[in-house]
Amino acid sequence: MAQIFHRSANTISRVTIFGAVFIVGLVFYLISGIIRSPFFTNQGVEREQPVPFSHQHHVSGLGIDCRYCHTAVETSNFAGIPPTQTCMNCHAQIWTNAAMLEPVRLSYATGRPLVWSRVHRLPDFVHFNHSIHVAKGIGCVSCHGRIDKMPLTYQEAPLTMQWCLACHRHPEQFVRPRNQVFNMAYVAKDQDKIGPQLVRLYQIKKRTSCSTCHY
Amino acid sequence: MAERDQPPLHEIRPTRQLESVPDRFIPQPIVEPGHTFATITDHISSIVLRKKTPLGWYLGFAVSLVGMFVLNLTIGKILFVGVGLWGINHPVGWGFDIINFVWWIGIGHAGTLISAILLLLHQEWRTSINRFAEAMTLFAVASAGLYPALHTGRPWFDYWLFPYPNTMAIWPQFRSPLMWDVFAVSTYATVSLLFWYVGMVPDLATLRDRTKNKFGRFIYGMGALGWRGSAKHWHRYEHAYLLLAGLSTPLVLSVHTIVSFDFAVAQVPGWHATFFPPYFVAGAVVAGFAMVLTLAIPLRKAFKLEGFITTKHLENMGKIMLATGLMVFYSYAVEMFMAYYSGDPFERYTFYTRVTGPYRHYWYMLILCNCLAPNLMWVKRFRTSPMWLFITAQFVNVGMWLERFVIIPESLTRDFLPSSWGTYHGTRWDWGMYLGSIGLFLFLLFLFIRFLPMISIFEMRTMLPEAQAHGEEHS
Repeated sequence: MAQIFHRSANTISRVTIFGAVFIVGLVFYLISGIIRSPFFTNQGVEREQPVPFSHQHHVSGLGIDCRYCHTAVETSNFAGIPPTQTCMNCHAQIWTNAAMLEPVRLSYATGRPLVWSRVHRLPDFVHFNHSIHVAKGIGCVSCHGRIDKMPLTYQEAPLTMQWCLACHRHPEQFVRPRNQVFNMAYVAKDQDKIGPQLVRLYQIKKRTSCSTCHY
Repeated sequence: MAERDQPPLHEIRPTRQLESVPDRFIPQPIVEPGHTFATITDHISSIVLRKKTPLGWYLGFAVSLVGMFVLNLTIGKILFVGVGLWGINHPVGWGFDIINFVWWIGIGHAGTLISAILLLLHQEWRTSINRFAEAMTLFAVASAGLYPALHTGRPWFDYWLFPYPNTMAIWPQFRSPLMWDVFAVSTYATVSLLFWYVGMVPDLATLRDRTKNKFGRFIYGMGALGWRGSAKHWHRYEHAYLLLAGLSTPLVLSVHTIVSFDFAVAQVPGWHATFFPPYFVAGAVVAGFAMVLTLAIPLRKAFKLEGFITTKHLENMGKIMLATGLMVFYSYAVEMFMAYYSGDPFERYTFYTRVTGPYRHYWYMLILCNCLAPNLMWVKRFRTSPMWLFITAQFVNVGMWLERFVIIPESLTRDFLPSSWGTYHGTRWDWGMYLGSIGLFLFLLFLFIRFLPMISIFEMRTMLPEAQAHGEEHS
């Protein structure tokens, strides 16, 4: 009777058996890489907007405070997207004929709001409150990055749960004085020292219970 | 040696010299007299290798396909709609899904007990039944695994049950028995699969060598891993098999112990008892042997395997069923007594409700099936009659399901607060899932008996008196 398998079957079977370990390992490595990559988290991806609004120009160029537009950030869950009227406070007088601002004027004339596309999207099962973070001394920069240097807005942080928990487990590494919350350029000189002091002063608790963030 | 002049031992047995010795002291042969090495191999391998598949197989397979259809329909609907289709709601969150999980996992235990513990205890009669008992374990674990996977409600996130470096920076709750369950059951499935497969390698080589079909030669050849039956191969095989038996042995006790912790660690009256582990293990073994009997009796008839699975085997299984059945009976009694003796009003009330409450009929049936029916096995006439064994096994199969019903959802219907009391009934999707998982079990079983040797060929050959006499001469 002829051999069922060629001699090479010996080698092939050994390679596949031992190789399987590495292949499975590689697959896990790739998956865990992909779920942390911008492809999955949308980190650093600039969104297309109806008007190419530049935070860099308005914040560092003109020195407008965050709260001029995001009025609700200190009092509500949502920081607030400004209505067209806020834009028109200035743009009724400057750049009144700029083609780039045509959608803004149209929105103002018709009363139909601009449809901005959302940059920071949290899952439905998570609730996030801006006001408590601002009140406890977490700076805008801590989550949004140097938004004053973004010509087009993108998501700086990965927004994964481990990223949230990094701060919720160790708030003293991130907390800053309340009067520095809206300062884009603030850098703590001795975070090791003032961090724990501020945690005590602001009575910050390490909130890591499930229901802190999940309904 | 003087022994040479005497006929071999197995020829002495029926002669008149021993007539004065009562029958029960004469060791029964494991293989029916008349079989030789060649007839064993021929008989078992021909069941797989014959060209014409018997009509009965097609009929059984068709029934299992209907079950598979029901299962797929149910799972499909549950994936689209959710577990609200089941009867579970407040206050009963653990219903048919958990009952059936425990029922199937318990059934699997006989396979491991037969293959590992009886091997280590040199119970040679196990050889005739270990292959398909192990297969039964695997298929029962497969059916069992469906339930917790769907019970999570979002089965596509089931991988969260495993500790892996995730982006959520959290681990599963290692202090929870549900977590231990994940490991217990997945270890059980892995070790059972390996044990079953390693034990089958020499037989796959036999099939490879005997099949005329080119495709079959290729497939069996792949499974046989180049087995040539050299002394080196046998040496390694024996080592691997013993090691796996050693690994499986603690699993017989650990898996159902951990399943019982799912309940015992909770504080629900009727669940919170320290003696749950041995109670559940005994229940698992009795359930498993009942299922082995349920399968063995029709199979030996259909495939004319009476020469291999003899009355001796059936009788031994009947004895184990009796012994473990009585342990279960004892557990029920202890459970009742402890509820009384604890003095805890909630605990007492739960057990009082079992006997007098809305589900009392389940409890009466349970006592009939698990406590009274196995006592038939005291009588040798019942213990050696395939029909009576089969009937008793069916009582136990039903009884073990009822036991889990009485423990799991029924305890939840009578919680600490009367305002949160309720009732529980399975919906048609619960029943669909249950019948469907039986369909899956049968589906896998029918494929197994058609394509793989359901009795270990090479181990049966070693059971022949010739093989043993040969071995003794050399030792």
